Amino acid sequence: MEHYLNIVIRSIFLENMALAFFLGMCSFLACSKKVETAFGLGVAVVFVQALTVPLNNLILNHLLKEGALGWLSPALAKVDLTFLAFILFIGTIAAAVQVVEMAVEKFAPALYNTLGVFLPLIAVNCVILGGSLFMQERDYAFGESVVFGIGSGLGFAIAIVAMAAVREKLAYSNVPAGLRGLGITFVTAGLISVAFMVFSGIQL
Amino acid sequence: MNKHNREALLGPLLANNPIGVQVLGICSALAVTTRIDKALVMTAGVLVVTLLANVAVSLVRNHTPGSIRIIVQLSIIASLVIVFDQILKATLYELSLELSVFVGLIITNCIVMGRAEGYAMQNPPLASALDGIGNGLGYGLVLVLTGFIRELLGAGKVFGFVVLPLAKDGGWYVPNGMMLLAPSALFIIAGLIWLLKTVKPELQDKE
Repeated sequence: MEHYLNIVIRSIFLENMALAFFLGMCSFLACSKKVETAFGLGVAVVFVQALTVPLNNLILNHLLKEGALGWLSPALAKVDLTFLAFILFIGTIAAAVQVVEMAVEKFAPALYNTLGVFLPLIAVNCVILGGSLFMQERDYAFGESVVFGIGSGLGFAIAIVAMAAVREKLAYSNVPAGLRGLGITFVTAGLISVAFMVFSGIQL
Repeated sequence: MNKHNREALLGPLLANNPIGVQVLGICSALAVTTRIDKALVMTAGVLVVTLLANVAVSLVRNHTPGSIRIIVQLSIIASLVIVFDQILKATLYELSLELSVFVGLIITNCIVMGRAEGYAMQNPPLASALDGIGNGLGYGLVLVLTGFIRELLGAGKVFGFVVLPLAKDGGWYVPNGMMLLAPSALFIIAGLIWLLKTVKPELQDKE
């Protein structure tokens, strides 16, 4: 139990997807003008991340790894398909996003109206693919991949909401002409990232 | 070379820089710039993938139905990235370990997708190829500059060679530890954008 909690805390605060690894920066910068949209995107990322990381974990462990196909026939016991991971991961993600979109539209129209535009965008968000690739690199077991998916999604959501809150206030300040828009957003993200570094060293 | 093609090649270097102006491909630009050699390998990857993906997408653009174009682009890009990843693992294994997930993340790098969708779908292969090279170089320019600043100030080195002898090795330079940490990349790129927009005021945001 403690081990799982540790993974969650690490992925939210210490190894924050947006602020420590800079994943999903494009949407992090583009969709953080208002807290409301940022919140919608954050929820959608948690949702998709919690679904795709465990899914890709199953694919990796039961189809791609060396010897994983041994149950089909002994001749396949030595086949190692891990080089196909990238294309299968992105395929899974695209498919999962599509399914989630249709399911949400059917069963929760209110949620769909909030997430609507962001769901398809998420398929090409680096946080999602990055989560699956980190899962592969760190060799997580299935249970670990579930909590890692949820944790890393939450970390991104917290970061983008914090960013949006700062940017809403920033609209009233007088920024030097050349820094307006993208430049000052980068500086803000950098400062939030410095703030998140106080968490480093936390160990449960 | 006619004007259209020259524009495709040279435009993205400064005036239409993918990172500074189009806001594409930021994720990897920030994460791999602690050292110049990492930045260079990443640039090579993005350049080659953007170039080949642009050509391939441009070649099939008249045969691709609009509804499935994203998945077609994604499979082309993912296949190219797999090839690049395998070559990197075979030749520069240690560097490939340090780049870890970021090579795989070229698939979702917005530059590759953005140029395939925004340029190659409407333009012939030659112009698309030049556009791919131009955007790869524009991306590389920012990456290498950031990597140079971070490696020099953070570790006193350029390409791994000692330039500023560190205090702990008997030299005089006390390294700025923050340059090796995540936030410094954000500040440096903000500075580069500020510089670019001051030199070219027409790029500034109007509010």
